[in-house]
Amino acid sequence: MQKTVSLTVNGKPASATVEGRTLLVQLLREHLGLTGTHVGCDTSQCGACVVHVNGEAVKSCTLLAIQAEGANVLTIEGVANGDTLHPMQEAFRDNHALQCGFCTPGMVMSALDLVKNNPDPSEREIREYLEGNLCRCTGYHNIVLGIKAGAAAMRGAAPATPAAE
Amino acid sequence: MPAIGTPVRRREDYRFLTGQGTYTDDINRPGQLHAYMLRSPHANARLGAIDTSAAKSAPGVVAIFTGADIAADGIGGLPCGWLIHSKDGAPMKEPPHPVLAVERVRHVGDPVAVVIAESLAEARDAAEQIVVDYAVEPAVVDVADAVKPGAPQVWGDQAPGNVCYDWALGDLAAVDAAMARAARVVKLDLVNNRLVANAMEPRAAIGEFDRATGEYTLFTTSQNPHVIRLLMGAFVLHIPEAKLRVVAPDVGGGFGSKIFHYAEEAIVTWAAPRVRRPVKWTAERSESFMSDAQGRDHVTHVELGLDANAKFLALKVSTLANLGGYLSTFSTAVPTYLYATLCAGTYTTPAIYVETKAVFTNTVPVDAYRGAGRPEATYVVERIVDLAADELGMDPGELRRRNFIPADAFPYQTPVALQYDSGDYQTTLQMAQDAAGYSHFEARRAEASRRGKLRGIGIATYIEACGMAPSAVAGALGARAGLYESAAVRVHPTGSVTVLTGSHSHGQGHETTFSQLVADGLGIPIESVEIVHGDTNKMPFGMGTYGSRSLAVGGTAIVKAMDKVVAKGKKIAAHLLEASEADIEFKDGNFSVAGTDRSKSFGEVALTAYVPHNFPHEELEPGLDETAFYDPKNFTFPSGAYVAEVEIDPDTGQLTVINFTASDDFGRIINPMIVSGQVHGGLAQGIGQAVLEGCVYDKATGQLLTGSYNDYAMPRADDLPNFALSTHVTLCTHNPLGVKGCGEAGAIGAPAAIANAIVDALKGLGVRHVEMPATPEKLWRLIHQHQPRAAAE
Repeated sequence: MQKTVSLTVNGKPASATVEGRTLLVQLLREHLGLTGTHVGCDTSQCGACVVHVNGEAVKSCTLLAIQAEGANVLTIEGVANGDTLHPMQEAFRDNHALQCGFCTPGMVMSALDLVKNNPDPSEREIREYLEGNLCRCTGYHNIVLGIKAGAAAMRGAAPATPAAE
Repeated sequence: MPAIGTPVRRREDYRFLTGQGTYTDDINRPGQLHAYMLRSPHANARLGAIDTSAAKSAPGVVAIFTGADIAADGIGGLPCGWLIHSKDGAPMKEPPHPVLAVERVRHVGDPVAVVIAESLAEARDAAEQIVVDYAVEPAVVDVADAVKPGAPQVWGDQAPGNVCYDWALGDLAAVDAAMARAARVVKLDLVNNRLVANAMEPRAAIGEFDRATGEYTLFTTSQNPHVIRLLMGAFVLHIPEAKLRVVAPDVGGGFGSKIFHYAEEAIVTWAAPRVRRPVKWTAERSESFMSDAQGRDHVTHVELGLDANAKFLALKVSTLANLGGYLSTFSTAVPTYLYATLCAGTYTTPAIYVETKAVFTNTVPVDAYRGAGRPEATYVVERIVDLAADELGMDPGELRRRNFIPADAFPYQTPVALQYDSGDYQTTLQMAQDAAGYSHFEARRAEASRRGKLRGIGIATYIEACGMAPSAVAGALGARAGLYESAAVRVHPTGSVTVLTGSHSHGQGHETTFSQLVADGLGIPIESVEIVHGDTNKMPFGMGTYGSRSLAVGGTAIVKAMDKVVAKGKKIAAHLLEASEADIEFKDGNFSVAGTDRSKSFGEVALTAYVPHNFPHEELEPGLDETAFYDPKNFTFPSGAYVAEVEIDPDTGQLTVINFTASDDFGRIINPMIVSGQVHGGLAQGIGQAVLEGCVYDKATGQLLTGSYNDYAMPRADDLPNFALSTHVTLCTHNPLGVKGCGEAGAIGAPAAIANAIVDALKGLGVRHVEMPATPEKLWRLIHQHQPRAAAE
């Protein structure tokens, strides 16, 4: 079964013809060329594929592409404002919250979701929220610091929502 | 301000934070096909007919190849890179390692066929229609079971008794004599649990063949693309280096598991010209669990002899090491030269004997994983030392101090081959104990006890041999490769610099750390430096990144190449300044005549080298582009001390790591931010080994029971504490930077520190050892099996 899906990705209209079994992450990576969203497992555990769908953080390996018909999707490629990093991205860089970079897009997308719902999360709240995101490089120490700093920056003068959302 | 020693923000982060990294699976080649590997569901089976007829006519299928097709083409097996000789002088048993199984499968996940189709979905669908005739036979997965009489034989007559080699290092007679006169001999049996590396990026490979040039290209998730080119080109596919390009682009973590040459790399490269299109393969995580080389898996008996003053007299270690079903690339070196040589630890133990029997089983091959042999050695040494302290009723810190190699005893020759160049174990232990509040611990234990909780504190010290390795030494010990590194420093006409390094970054931040070296070394802004790695067509050669070697070996190669650039620059500057070369000084990016204000900038000299109108042509060639190869004189020896504090709920067995304090000596530190990150990550993997992670096979069937993230417990953010880090510097004495390496330390020292803390928490119950991973179930059972010591007395 082939079906055409039309949706908005990072503020721009997009469409692709996919199979019924095509996952949202495959639509993004293989049909739209947005390879910033990664696949790190096949059991929806690792969180490398987290994107926002209609403002909610979603593991894009758990959603069929056809379920995203008409949806507003934000991926890591849409977070920065042009060449200017979003405060959360900047905080990740400033706190060395990434090493190999593979889990990073999912981490950033999860962090933005957390801060949207909890603008001033404690260390414990951050660690518990990250239950759904695996990182093998950082030991999470600096990711926690990065998210705390990013949340603080977002409470300040910086824009509260990603540029394309 | 000098760049070295400052926490320069990483230059690679922008692309990773914006989704613009280029990992292998992000690459799509025009016209590419997709490969799916059909893998054995059985641990040990004779391979009968493979019927691909229905699958070949499935939609989208272009080709299906089996082991017979590959064998018919004269393709070699995957080579093993290190030859070990047994005690009796016999070479190790080295059975073949075909890229696709022939005659027999030897572990769950052993590849039996590859399906190549227009889409991955079609390849996977077609694979389900392949009918493989398996005659299933009993399997053996446990290393201790495999050496018992009557055990299933993984390689039959090719490795009788499943033994690959039976090897030893050290002076057995001296050890036995020392044990005979020891006031006390402490004994322990322990297991080092099997782990799965689990880099977050699954392995992937794209093979491509250009019929016009006859050149093959392999994009692969590798830590060492030149090594893959050498192994695959020379031993497997018989392609000359000049016709084979291997590219390892952004790689999403490795931890050792991406050092090795894997079957899929050879298969996609071999298949590309046969299907006349590029062929792409990407592992699913389930495939990673059953095809990436795994780590550790030792069963060990250890004895430590002490004199009446609690000085160590002798250490005797006997280890069974699981190699899995095939020999992975560097598997044979890990439980020998990377393990036994580290059994002196940080101590003056005068007599040491280590024997290792390496054993085949029906499991995924075992090879280097973060630390590779050194965590296993540290675990053995630091557990037996802690047990000795417990038996003697001594403080474990005090027992360690009494036996440390003193800071003024370097260089120090151990009885197990290594010569440590520098270290200061007293200081790092004191720093870690002070930072951890070690001397006040009993108050915290009492407070926890009032809450009904069991609290414990544990120390581990470690030494590691990094910066592999002097090639001559490695060669004498059986290595089939050299272990130097290369770098080219290419100065461009306007003074910007491209550095081509044979090291490979898969998270370590080389683009930043190496830039700091070059910015300071040539006195130019860091923005003028570009670090290039990971492409055999770009850099001269490379041995890649593993064993915490990139800065100590690769960084030194860059320094050596910069030295050549500066030396040539001085000659050019002397000509321009009409001075003697001996009078030219190079400092802060300027070539000046000593004692004068006459100088030429680095940029002016570079321009002169490429626009040589006024140039010493009789003496020099134009251009400013220098290459250096650096072969280290010795290993480097990072060391340190860790203190872990844990709390256990006796009702549930739930363990919390309350604090983890690390004090490390990595020699000179170039970027402290990056170094801290490396330690954090190593600690997380070490704590993971101690309390969460364990790769488990079913003993009856050989099935992999921990085949996904549902079953294999990866450390998550809420499993780990914040880490308290500090560093103390003793310089490496034999490389110009004085650097030692930091990538593996955490994974080496943390398991023993945590295990010692757990035993300390439970010692009131009479517990003397806990096997890793110390899961809540294991702890709960231990607690409930042991009568409280106080109650029993």
